[in-house]
Amino acid sequence: MIGLILYYIGLALCYVGSLFFILGGIGLYRMPDVYNRMQASTKTTTMGLMSIVLGVGLMQPYWIVKAIVIIVFIALTAPVGASAMARAAYKSGIPLWEGTVHNDCDAPSCKEVEQQ
Amino acid sequence: MNYYYLGIVILLAIGTILALYRLLRGPTAADRMVALDAITNVTAGMIIFIALLSGRFIYVDVTLVFAILSFVGLIIVARYLEGGI
Repeated sequence: MIGLILYYIGLALCYVGSLFFILGGIGLYRMPDVYNRMQASTKTTTMGLMSIVLGVGLMQPYWIVKAIVIIVFIALTAPVGASAMARAAYKSGIPLWEGTVHNDCDAPSCKEVEQQ
Repeated sequence: MNYYYLGIVILLAIGTILALYRLLRGPTAADRMVALDAITNVTAGMIIFIALLSGRFIYVDVTLVFAILSFVGLIIVARYLEGGI
């Protein structure tokens, strides 16, 4: 009984993860800028992968320990990779979208990225 | 029961196709790398779903190694675009 309940909860989590992947794909398709695409796709694919792994771990209860290991690893490394990629895109001179209203690295007090 | 799994696989395939458009069409290298990161995440989800379908525990390890390698590749390409290496 409890196994069947866990099975359906895991199946619902897999569907939620798949829908997050589709949202990330739509964000990659429609957003106008590198940075907008990055913030649309990275968070959604991270959430989708985490919920799919947790769903599979609930559907097969003997796998839950390694599934939690994978979830912790993804939660630690995905923001690091995204921020490194955004920093590389800004330092390689890719211009921002023309509708951007605020850019912190335009100020002369920004020591992180040298002025071009 | 199998139609549930088929729905999940179709949703994952739609997400992959939408990211693949940006991978082929993206104007800069950073666009392509972001799209490739999304595709590797979808592929990791597909691999752990294959582990569920075939009932083999070893594919979960494959998913972990795939996630590690995609992270390392993303960091290396980011350092390259930044001018570090």
